[in-house]
Amino acid sequence: MNVAVHSFRPEPGGRDAAVSLRNLTRRFSGRDVLSDVSLDFAPGEFVALIGKSGSGKSTLLRAIAGLDDGVAGEGTMTVPPDRSVLFQDSRLLPWKTVLQNVVFGLRAADADERGAAALTDVGLAGRETAWPNALSGGEQQRVALARSLVREPRLLLADEPFGALDALTRIKMHELLLQLVRQRQPTVLLVTHDVDEAIKLADRVLVMEAGRIVVDRPVTLAHPRAKDAGFGTLRADLLSALGVSDAA
Amino acid sequence: MTLYIDALELQAQMLRSERPAPEARSVSRRPPQLAPGRLAPGVILFGPVAFVLLWEFASAVGWISPKFLAAPSTAIVTGIELLRSGTLADHFLASAKRAYLGLGIGVAIGLVLALASGLSRIGEASIDGLVQIKRAVPTLALIPLAILWLGIGETMKVALIASSVLVPIYINTHAALTGIDIRHVELARSVGLTRGAFLREVALPGALPGFFTGLRLAVTTCWTALVVLEQINTSEGIGYLMNRARDYGQTDIIVVGLAIYAALGLGSDFAVRFWERKALSYRKAMAS
Ligand SMILES: Nc1ncnc2c1ncn2[C@@H]1O[C@H](COP(=O)(O)OP(=O)(O)OP(=O)(O)O)[C@@H](O)[C@H]1O
Ligand SMILES: [Mg+2]
Repeated sequence: MNVAVHSFRPEPGGRDAAVSLRNLTRRFSGRDVLSDVSLDFAPGEFVALIGKSGSGKSTLLRAIAGLDDGVAGEGTMTVPPDRSVLFQDSRLLPWKTVLQNVVFGLRAADADERGAAALTDVGLAGRETAWPNALSGGEQQRVALARSLVREPRLLLADEPFGALDALTRIKMHELLLQLVRQRQPTVLLVTHDVDEAIKLADRVLVMEAGRIVVDRPVTLAHPRAKDAGFGTLRADLLSALGVSDAA
Repeated sequence: MTLYIDALELQAQMLRSERPAPEARSVSRRPPQLAPGRLAPGVILFGPVAFVLLWEFASAVGWISPKFLAAPSTAIVTGIELLRSGTLADHFLASAKRAYLGLGIGVAIGLVLALASGLSRIGEASIDGLVQIKRAVPTLALIPLAILWLGIGETMKVALIASSVLVPIYINTHAALTGIDIRHVELARSVGLTRGAFLREVALPGALPGFFTGLRLAVTTCWTALVVLEQINTSEGIGYLMNRARDYGQTDIIVVGLAIYAALGLGSDFAVRFWERKALSYRKAMAS
């Protein structure tokens, strides 16, 4: 593996990207799963990544997260060291209370206060001492969101974080995420298979196909995003890029 | 969204209008019972109590000769007498000391071996095969060698109990350590946990349920080993008491000994389960 990981610093003379990938390639058993991906994310940019199952979305996210050592590949990355991952499952440790899970691995003198504040942000004030098993699926995912945000990451990497939630809870989580992201301004990479979710939340939508970025579209619709004509056009474009005819 | 709900509502109305009014029909509130329900606490004692009553009855009407097996009431009287004279307490303490000393040493060794083997590759390479072999050899088969090495005294007995106890502790703790959830490992890496913190906060708590499974087996194992070992050259202990009673044909004392073994085994298991429930209380929380 030949990957240089630099911590974040503004490129001299260039625009100061928060994340910068150059010719990133990843292979599983000789097959290219990522081929030659080059991307720049601006600080505070909210990027959604969509694509068919198996197109390499998670592989890209894990590469940026630095969770893929042992995987063959080349390329260079510039990513901020203070990044945080939001997984599809809430991944809470069952033997730690909700608050202990939020501040898990956080080395700060005021960790508990910050953890409690993050829990308040996600609407779970007062549940600090509960066991994760006693929470509903949506509540568990909110704890995971608090765990990500309490680290005040410069980069938030989320891999289908709402995939397992029911439609109603998902809408609430969207609002919560947008609100918290607006407050703290991290750069966000959200992997999702839901085109509507991507358009609703992101400043920019990437479509991945067979390990390459085939569409890179800014989303300029004003928030909150209603399903109007502009939404519909973008949706139809993205769906056709995914090879699906627009039924709605 | 609204449109969707309206369509559903419409459909429901259509269905309602098409269907004839439902007949009044008494529906049993209880669903058919597929799995047997849980017993009320204490009801589990029904079997043992009935068994003892039957036994007492059979002894009283003379179906069971006291030479063959003493009646429960006789055994109780004998037990009280032995208690009064202090004999029972001495033998009981001797047995308990052996069993719990062996248990303590065995648990400690099993735990250390499991940690060494579960957390390092060198440890696993050197330890795991040996313990698997030890597991395949019955403890009783080690008695001749143990006697040659350690004599026929207490050391040999405690050592053999410890060696039989360490196996279930090792096997279960080691399995739990190596079967650690890979997703938890990934999470620990993504939050930048150090190796020490990972051991303390993820690996060990994750292995705790396995340790308790091992401990429950170990408690039973230690009493089983004790029973056999107390048949060898002892001058005190419940096993000695029973052996001597056999020589004099005192079936009542034998029954007292058996009752004590049963009480100790059950009591130990109960204590471990109680401790387990406390330590793993996070599991009890209502699942989502
Ligand atoms: N650890 C691995 N070993 C071997 N092949 C892998 C591994 N991880 C991923 N792959 C392969 O790489 C390809 C891309 O996988 P990836 O998980 O990135 O897809 P994805 O776009 O996230 O799909 P989904 O939407 O289903 O999550 C798949 O064909 C998958 O089989
Ligand atoms: Mg994926």
